[in-house]
Amino acid sequence: MNIRGIASIYKFEMARMRRTLGQSLISPVISTVLYFIVFGSAIGSRISDIDGVNYGAFIVPGLMMLTMLSQSTGNASFGIYFPRFSGTIYEILSAPLSSLEIVLGYVGAAATKAMIIGIVVLATAGFFVPLEIQHPFIMMFFLVMTCITFSLLGFIIGIWADGFEKLQIIPLLVITPLTFLGGSFYSINMLPDFWQKVSLLNPVVYLVSGFRWSFYEHSDVSIMTSVTMIMVFMLVCLAIIGVIFKTGYRLKN
Amino acid sequence: MSKQTQPAQAAISVSNLNKTYENGFKALDDVSLEVKSGEIFALLGPNGAGKTTLISTICGIVRPSNGSIKVNGFDNAKDYRKARQCVGLVPQELTTDAFETVWRAVNFSRGLFGKKPNDAYLEQLLKDLSLWDKRDSQIRRLSGGMKRRVLIAKALSHEPEVLFLDEPTAGVDVELRKSMWALVGKLRERGVTIVLTTHYIEEAEEMADRIGIISHGKVILTEDKTKLMKKLGKKELVLELQSPLKKLPKGMGKLDLRLEDDGNRIVYTYESAKEENGVASLLDSLRDEGIRCKDFNTRESSLEDIFVTLVKEK
Ligand SMILES: Nc1ncnc2c1ncn2[C@@H]1O[C@H](COP(=O)(O)OP(=O)(O)OP(=O)(O)O)[C@@H](O)[C@H]1O
Ligand SMILES: [Mg+2]
Repeated sequence: MNIRGIASIYKFEMARMRRTLGQSLISPVISTVLYFIVFGSAIGSRISDIDGVNYGAFIVPGLMMLTMLSQSTGNASFGIYFPRFSGTIYEILSAPLSSLEIVLGYVGAAATKAMIIGIVVLATAGFFVPLEIQHPFIMMFFLVMTCITFSLLGFIIGIWADGFEKLQIIPLLVITPLTFLGGSFYSINMLPDFWQKVSLLNPVVYLVSGFRWSFYEHSDVSIMTSVTMIMVFMLVCLAIIGVIFKTGYRLKN
Repeated sequence: MSKQTQPAQAAISVSNLNKTYENGFKALDDVSLEVKSGEIFALLGPNGAGKTTLISTICGIVRPSNGSIKVNGFDNAKDYRKARQCVGLVPQELTTDAFETVWRAVNFSRGLFGKKPNDAYLEQLLKDLSLWDKRDSQIRRLSGGMKRRVLIAKALSHEPEVLFLDEPTAGVDVELRKSMWALVGKLRERGVTIVLTTHYIEEAEEMADRIGIISHGKVILTEDKTKLMKKLGKKELVLELQSPLKKLPKGMGKLDLRLEDDGNRIVYTYESAKEENGVASLLDSLRDEGIRCKDFNTRESSLEDIFVTLVKEK
């Protein structure tokens, strides 16, 4: 195992993120504040508690998910796309690194950043609502697994994309809508029967539900279902990446 | 570790290598090539000949369609870690991480290859490349020539035994070209094997021990430089005469001369590399014979001409 090689990629990516730390932190913090003003205070004050959880507190796990999903995919996809675009990827490809090591470096860094930002969002939320986390270990499990899985997804997008537009399109057209419709701001139970069923096709529902359970023991689907689903997503992403490296798809001519 | 089957002195051994790109273009056609350890090998060929493709394939950036590649005896597919460990690559294009500083960039490269940090080595390397003053500058603030040196520093950062230089002197001024040649000399003393590509015969002549000529994806020949230069280093001196000659005077028969353009032109072919190339005695005999010329020029066979001749010879 070329540990130093992995560490080099990881450090390089973290340094890149540090250069843009201001933007990286400010925008999630601002949007969190906005969500709390709009949903927490303005609208939330007219919404009754959901299963005994105050509405402002209820949306915290969903808000964190929203931020972490977009951060993980965004960071990881850009991280691998940019060297492909600029040509500096030659160095990574010619180094004595296995594909797994390359993934560990890029995905590790993207996931780390997403986790940091997730926690910053949590801390920001702490200014608006009292926080309670009933199962901190499970909460950390979901946080880590989500960031890693969606960084893997971002990595795949970054390899698939052949232009900056494509880099944006999946987060914009797929991930954001799925998160909004995934119960970040409401409980699936509040939907009509039909839409509840449709929602179960949305993978983000399982993440938000499990994550929220770790906070308030309130969930739309059973916690074990959520745990299973996140592991399945991760395996699917790993399998796709395996195929990419095996075939050299878009990495090597 | 697989047993070394190649003779120990082969730094690179390529056999029956083919590469067909996705669009169906065949860029390498059954290439076989050996580069000895410690030698400087120049790969000479026109645009699109397949030089970059060959180098990229050896370095693991392009996947071969079939064939085998060994670096220091290590198969570049099966033993890729050991094979790549030995290799440094300076690409043709100036691709750098614009926002990194020089110092961080060379440390990054060294780390990628799994080497322990070694500040003293990297400091010396940057000094050798006149980049030490610029170590804390972002790469985007450097000139093109400096960027190229950064790429060289990155390629050498992990102390490779084999260095690939893909057109190291393209778009580089005379001074930098000279210093590049000096660097190559220094590396050779350290025993580094160097493979460089170029369009220029003079450059190959200046630096290489052996020369390989590649055209349309085929290695047409590999030869010791001195032998090849004898073959290729021909020049022609063309003399436009004031009045036409019926035939060449007897006294001038020793030289390799011919009459062209109905006797209006004498063409002398000689080896430019030789001290005693006969131009002086030609001029003497012109005066002795009372032949006057109104104009003259010399021409060298271009690389293209040479390829054409070589391909025809085959
Ligand atoms: N990714 C690619 N897909 C398809 N064809 C390619 C690709 N890369 C290179 N080629 C083709 O392969 C041939 C060899 O290209 P290569 O870059 O190896 O040439 P070269 O000898 O390095 O030329 P130059 O002296 O201009 O650098 C060219 O005809 C080129 O168009
Ligand atoms: Mg080239």
